[in-house]
Amino acid sequence: MGVMLVTRRAEFSASHVCRNPELSEKENRELFGAAANPHGHGHNYVLEVTVEGTPDPVSGMVADLRSLKETLNRRVIEIYDHRFLNREVPPFDRTIPTPENIAIDIWRRLASHLEGPRARLHNVRLYETPDLYVDYFGDGA
Amino acid sequence: MRLTRKYRFSASHRLHAPQFGEAENRALYGKCNNPFGHGHNYEIAVTVGGPVEERSGRVVDLALLDGLVRREVIEPFDHRNLNEEVEAFRALVPTSENLGREVVRRLKQNWRAVFPAGGPRLECVAIAETGRNAFEVSAYEIE
Repeated sequence: MGVMLVTRRAEFSASHVCRNPELSEKENRELFGAAANPHGHGHNYVLEVTVEGTPDPVSGMVADLRSLKETLNRRVIEIYDHRFLNREVPPFDRTIPTPENIAIDIWRRLASHLEGPRARLHNVRLYETPDLYVDYFGDGA
Repeated sequence: MRLTRKYRFSASHRLHAPQFGEAENRALYGKCNNPFGHGHNYEIAVTVGGPVEERSGRVVDLALLDGLVRREVIEPFDHRNLNEEVEAFRALVPTSENLGREVVRRLKQNWRAVFPAGGPRLECVAIAETGRNAFEVSAYEIE
Protein backbone atom coordinates (compact mmCIF):
# COMPACT_ATOMS: atom_id res chain seq x y z
CA MET A 1 0.00 0.00 0.00
CA GLY A 2 1.32 3.45 -0.90
CA VAL A 3 2.01 6.53 1.16
CA MET A 4 -1.01 8.61 2.13
CA LEU A 5 -1.42 12.08 3.61
CA VAL A 6 -3.84 12.70 6.47
CA THR A 7 -4.70 16.26 7.51
CA ARG A 8 -6.23 17.42 10.77
CA ARG A 9 -7.49 20.99 11.21
CA ALA A 10 -7.56 23.04 14.42
CA GLU A 11 -8.11 26.70 15.26
CA PHE A 12 -6.74 29.19 17.73
CA SER A 13 -7.20 32.91 18.23
CA ALA A 14 -4.26 34.99 19.31
CA SER A 15 -2.77 38.46 19.14
CA HIS A 16 0.67 39.46 17.95
CA VAL A 17 2.76 42.37 16.79
CA CYS A 18 5.38 42.13 14.04
CA ARG A 19 8.37 44.35 14.77
CA ASN A 20 12.12 43.88 14.66
CA PRO A 21 13.56 45.77 17.69
CA GLU A 22 16.81 46.35 15.80
CA LEU A 23 15.03 48.39 13.11
CA SER A 24 13.72 51.94 13.24
CA GLU A 25 10.03 52.84 13.43
CA LYS A 26 10.11 53.76 9.74
CA GLU A 27 11.79 50.50 8.70
CA ASN A 28 9.33 48.44 10.76
CA ARG A 29 6.43 50.28 9.09
CA GLU A 30 7.83 49.61 5.64
CA LEU A 31 8.45 45.96 6.41
CA PHE A 32 5.32 45.02 8.35
CA GLY A 33 2.73 47.73 7.62
CA ALA A 34 -0.21 47.76 10.04
CA ALA A 35 1.12 44.54 11.63
CA ALA A 36 3.77 46.75 13.31
CA ASN A 37 1.20 48.68 15.38
CA PRO A 38 2.80 48.55 18.84
CA HIS A 39 -0.14 47.34 20.92
CA GLY A 40 -0.74 44.34 18.69
CA HIS A 41 -3.79 42.93 16.92
CA GLY A 42 -5.30 39.47 16.52
CA HIS A 43 -6.27 36.74 14.09
CA ASN A 44 -8.36 33.60 13.99
CA TYR A 45 -5.58 31.27 12.96
CA VAL A 46 -6.39 27.98 11.24
CA LEU A 47 -3.82 25.22 11.56
CA GLU A 48 -3.72 22.22 9.24
CA VAL A 49 -1.31 19.50 10.26
CA THR A 50 -0.56 16.82 7.67
CA VAL A 51 0.90 13.45 8.59
CA GLU A 52 2.29 11.06 5.99
CA GLY A 53 2.45 7.33 6.28
CA THR A 54 1.31 3.93 5.09
CA PRO A 55 -2.04 2.72 6.40
CA ASP A 56 -1.79 -0.12 8.90
CA PRO A 57 -3.10 -3.26 7.12
CA VAL A 58 -5.27 -4.24 10.10
CA SER A 59 -6.63 -0.90 11.39
CA GLY A 60 -6.64 0.73 7.94
CA MET A 61 -5.28 3.91 9.53
CA VAL A 62 -2.12 6.00 8.99
CA ALA A 63 -2.38 7.64 12.41
CA ASP A 64 -4.72 7.49 15.37
CA LEU A 65 -6.80 10.60 14.76
CA ARG A 66 -7.89 10.91 18.36
CA SER A 67 -4.29 10.90 19.55
CA LEU A 68 -3.36 13.37 16.75
CA LYS A 69 -6.14 15.68 17.93
CA GLU A 70 -4.98 15.40 21.55
CA THR A 71 -1.37 16.10 20.57
CA LEU A 72 -2.43 19.21 18.61
CA ASN A 73 -4.53 20.44 21.52
CA ARG A 74 -1.94 19.79 24.20
CA ARG A 75 1.20 20.86 22.31
CA VAL A 76 -0.17 23.84 20.36
CA ILE A 77 -3.76 24.97 20.88
CA GLU A 78 -3.70 25.11 24.70
CA ILE A 79 -0.46 27.08 24.55
CA TYR A 80 -1.40 29.50 21.75
CA ASP A 81 -5.15 30.02 22.11
CA HIS A 82 -6.29 33.42 23.45
CA ARG A 83 -2.74 34.58 24.14
CA PHE A 84 -0.62 37.56 23.13
CA LEU A 85 2.12 35.59 21.39
CA ASN A 86 4.93 38.15 21.88
CA ARG A 87 4.30 38.32 25.63
CA GLU A 88 3.09 34.87 26.54
CA VAL A 89 4.44 32.24 24.15
CA PRO A 90 8.19 31.71 23.85
CA PRO A 91 10.12 31.97 21.52
CA PHE A 92 8.11 35.00 20.38
CA ASP A 93 9.61 37.17 23.09
CA ARG A 94 12.68 37.17 20.80
CA THR A 95 11.40 35.85 17.44
CA ILE A 96 8.98 37.87 15.29
CA PRO A 97 5.63 36.00 15.23
CA THR A 98 5.14 36.11 11.47
CA PRO A 99 3.07 33.20 10.12
CA GLU A 100 6.35 31.73 8.82
CA ASN A 101 7.96 31.72 12.27
CA ILE A 102 4.77 30.46 13.94
CA ALA A 103 4.65 27.53 11.48
CA ILE A 104 8.30 26.70 12.28
CA ASP A 105 7.58 26.81 16.03
CA ILE A 106 4.51 24.58 15.62
CA TRP A 107 6.62 22.11 13.60
CA ARG A 108 9.19 22.00 16.42
CA ARG A 109 6.51 21.45 19.05
CA LEU A 110 4.89 18.60 17.10
CA ALA A 111 7.46 16.73 15.01
CA SER A 112 8.91 14.38 17.65
CA HIS A 113 5.43 13.59 19.03
CA LEU A 114 4.08 12.58 15.63
CA GLU A 115 6.99 10.30 14.79
CA GLY A 116 5.65 6.77 14.77
CA PRO A 117 6.43 3.39 13.20
CA ARG A 118 4.10 4.11 10.27
CA ALA A 119 3.78 7.89 10.16
CA ARG A 120 5.63 11.16 10.46
CA LEU A 121 4.83 14.87 10.22
CA HIS A 122 4.69 15.96 6.57
CA ASN A 123 3.84 19.68 6.75
CA VAL A 124 2.30 22.39 8.85
CA ARG A 125 -0.06 24.81 7.07
CA LEU A 126 -1.02 27.93 8.98
CA TYR A 127 -3.71 30.35 7.80
CA GLU A 128 -3.34 33.82 9.27
CA THR A 129 -6.45 34.92 7.35
CA PRO A 130 -8.52 33.02 4.76
CA ASP A 131 -6.41 34.76 2.08
CA LEU A 132 -2.93 34.14 3.47
CA TYR A 133 -1.28 30.91 4.51
CA VAL A 134 2.19 29.38 4.79
CA ASP A 135 3.36 25.77 4.42
CA TYR A 136 6.40 24.51 6.29
CA PHE A 137 7.91 21.14 5.40
CA GLY A 138 10.56 21.09 8.10
CA ASP A 139 13.51 21.12 5.75
CA GLY A 140 14.77 24.49 6.87
CA ALA A 141 13.82 25.98 3.48
CA MET B 1 8.90 27.63 3.37
CA ARG B 2 6.01 28.39 1.06
CA LEU B 3 3.57 31.26 1.32
CA THR B 4 0.26 31.47 -0.53
CA ARG B 5 -1.71 34.65 -0.99
CA LYS B 6 -5.19 34.83 -2.53
CA TYR B 7 -6.43 37.63 -4.78
CA ARG B 8 -9.70 38.23 -6.58
CA PHE B 9 -10.90 39.81 -9.77
CA SER B 10 -14.14 39.78 -11.73
CA ALA B 11 -14.12 39.47 -15.50
CA SER B 12 -16.13 38.23 -18.44
CA HIS B 13 -15.11 35.81 -21.15
CA ARG B 14 -16.43 33.57 -23.89
CA LEU B 15 -15.04 30.16 -24.75
CA HIS B 16 -14.97 29.80 -28.51
CA ALA B 17 -12.20 28.29 -30.64
CA PRO B 18 -12.28 29.63 -34.20
CA GLN B 19 -10.66 26.38 -35.41
CA PHE B 20 -13.95 24.57 -34.67
CA GLY B 21 -17.39 25.07 -36.23
CA GLU B 22 -20.45 26.46 -34.41
CA ALA B 23 -21.83 23.02 -33.52
CA GLU B 24 -18.47 21.77 -32.25
CA ASN B 25 -17.94 24.86 -30.11
CA ARG B 26 -21.40 24.46 -28.63
CA ALA B 27 -20.78 20.77 -27.88
CA LEU B 28 -17.34 21.43 -26.39
CA TYR B 29 -17.97 24.53 -24.29
CA GLY B 30 -21.73 24.38 -23.64
CA LYS B 31 -23.09 27.55 -21.97
CA CYS B 32 -19.59 29.01 -21.92
CA ASN B 33 -19.94 29.37 -25.70
CA ASN B 34 -22.97 31.72 -25.48
CA PRO B 35 -22.17 34.47 -28.00
CA PHE B 36 -22.11 37.54 -25.76
CA GLY B 37 -19.98 35.98 -23.02
CA HIS B 38 -20.53 35.78 -19.27
CA GLY B 39 -18.54 36.54 -16.11
CA HIS B 40 -16.97 35.06 -13.01
CA ASN B 41 -15.57 36.16 -9.68
CA TYR B 42 -12.13 34.65 -10.10
CA GLU B 43 -9.90 33.77 -7.18
CA ILE B 44 -6.19 33.32 -7.77
CA ALA B 45 -3.77 31.83 -5.25
CA VAL B 46 -0.12 32.77 -5.79
CA THR B 47 2.43 30.51 -4.05
CA VAL B 48 5.95 31.73 -3.37
CA GLY B 49 8.82 29.67 -1.91
CA GLY B 50 12.20 30.36 -0.35
CA PRO B 51 14.09 30.70 2.91
CA VAL B 52 12.71 32.75 5.81
CA GLU B 53 14.69 35.98 6.05
CA GLU B 54 16.16 36.54 9.53
CA ARG B 55 15.55 40.29 9.60
CA SER B 56 11.83 40.15 8.82
CA GLY B 57 10.84 36.59 9.70
CA ARG B 58 9.25 36.46 6.26
CA VAL B 59 9.72 34.50 3.05
CA VAL B 60 8.50 37.40 0.87
CA ASP B 61 7.78 41.10 1.30
CA LEU B 62 3.98 41.10 0.98
CA ALA B 63 3.80 44.72 -0.13
CA LEU B 64 6.07 43.91 -3.09
CA LEU B 65 4.12 40.75 -3.98
CA ASP B 66 0.78 42.56 -3.72
CA GLY B 67 2.09 45.41 -5.87
CA LEU B 68 3.37 43.04 -8.58
CA VAL B 69 0.14 40.99 -8.70
CA ARG B 70 -2.01 44.11 -8.68
CA ARG B 71 -0.08 45.76 -11.51
CA GLU B 72 0.38 42.71 -13.75
CA VAL B 73 -2.84 40.79 -13.14
CA ILE B 74 -5.59 42.48 -11.15
CA GLU B 75 -5.53 45.88 -12.85
CA PRO B 76 -5.42 44.54 -16.43
CA PHE B 77 -8.02 41.78 -15.78
CA ASP B 78 -10.48 43.18 -13.23
CA HIS B 79 -13.85 44.26 -14.66
CA ARG B 80 -12.65 43.53 -18.18
CA ASN B 81 -13.79 41.37 -21.05
CA LEU B 82 -10.81 39.00 -21.28
CA ASN B 83 -11.37 38.12 -24.97
CA GLU B 84 -11.59 41.74 -26.04
CA GLU B 85 -9.30 43.57 -23.65
CA VAL B 86 -6.38 41.26 -22.86
CA GLU B 87 -4.01 40.87 -25.79
CA ALA B 88 -3.09 37.23 -25.04
CA PHE B 89 -6.73 36.13 -25.42
CA ARG B 90 -7.34 37.61 -28.84
CA ALA B 91 -5.91 34.43 -30.32
CA LEU B 92 -6.23 32.06 -27.36
CA VAL B 93 -9.35 30.71 -25.65
CA PRO B 94 -9.55 32.21 -22.12
CA THR B 95 -10.15 28.93 -20.30
CA SER B 96 -8.94 28.83 -16.70
CA GLU B 97 -6.04 26.67 -17.87
CA ASN B 98 -4.89 29.36 -20.32
CA LEU B 99 -5.64 32.12 -17.82
CA GLY B 100 -3.44 30.38 -15.22
CA ARG B 101 -0.59 30.09 -17.71
CA GLU B 102 -0.94 33.76 -18.69
CA VAL B 103 -0.83 34.81 -15.01
CA VAL B 104 2.35 32.75 -14.47
CA ARG B 105 3.89 34.24 -17.63
CA ARG B 106 3.13 37.81 -16.52
CA LEU B 107 4.50 37.25 -13.00
CA LYS B 108 7.64 35.47 -14.22
CA GLN B 109 8.41 38.15 -16.81
CA ASN B 110 8.38 40.84 -14.13
CA TRP B 111 9.67 38.82 -11.16
CA ARG B 112 13.35 39.78 -11.40
CA ALA B 113 12.53 43.50 -11.51
CA VAL B 114 10.88 43.17 -8.09
CA PHE B 115 12.71 40.34 -6.29
CA PRO B 116 16.51 39.91 -6.36
CA ALA B 117 18.28 36.69 -7.34
CA GLY B 118 18.39 34.39 -4.30
CA GLY B 119 15.11 35.90 -3.06
CA PRO B 120 11.66 34.33 -3.16
CA ARG B 121 10.72 32.13 -6.15
CA LEU B 122 7.33 31.86 -7.83
CA GLU B 123 6.18 28.25 -7.27
CA CYS B 124 2.68 28.02 -8.67
CA VAL B 125 -0.59 29.78 -9.42
CA ALA B 126 -4.04 28.30 -8.82
CA ILE B 127 -7.13 29.78 -10.48
CA ALA B 128 -10.66 29.14 -9.26
CA GLU B 129 -13.28 30.26 -11.75
CA THR B 130 -16.03 29.39 -9.29
CA GLY B 131 -15.96 27.81 -5.84
CA ARG B 132 -16.35 24.39 -7.45
CA ASN B 133 -13.26 24.13 -9.61
CA ALA B 134 -9.58 24.97 -9.38
CA PHE B 135 -6.70 24.84 -11.85
CA GLU B 136 -3.11 24.79 -10.68
CA VAL B 137 -0.16 25.71 -12.90
CA SER B 138 3.43 25.11 -11.78
CA ALA B 139 5.67 28.08 -12.47
CA TYR B 140 8.38 25.67 -13.66
CA GLU B 141 6.24 24.54 -16.60
CA ILE B 142 5.99 27.98 -18.20
CA GLU B 143 8.76 29.89 -19.99
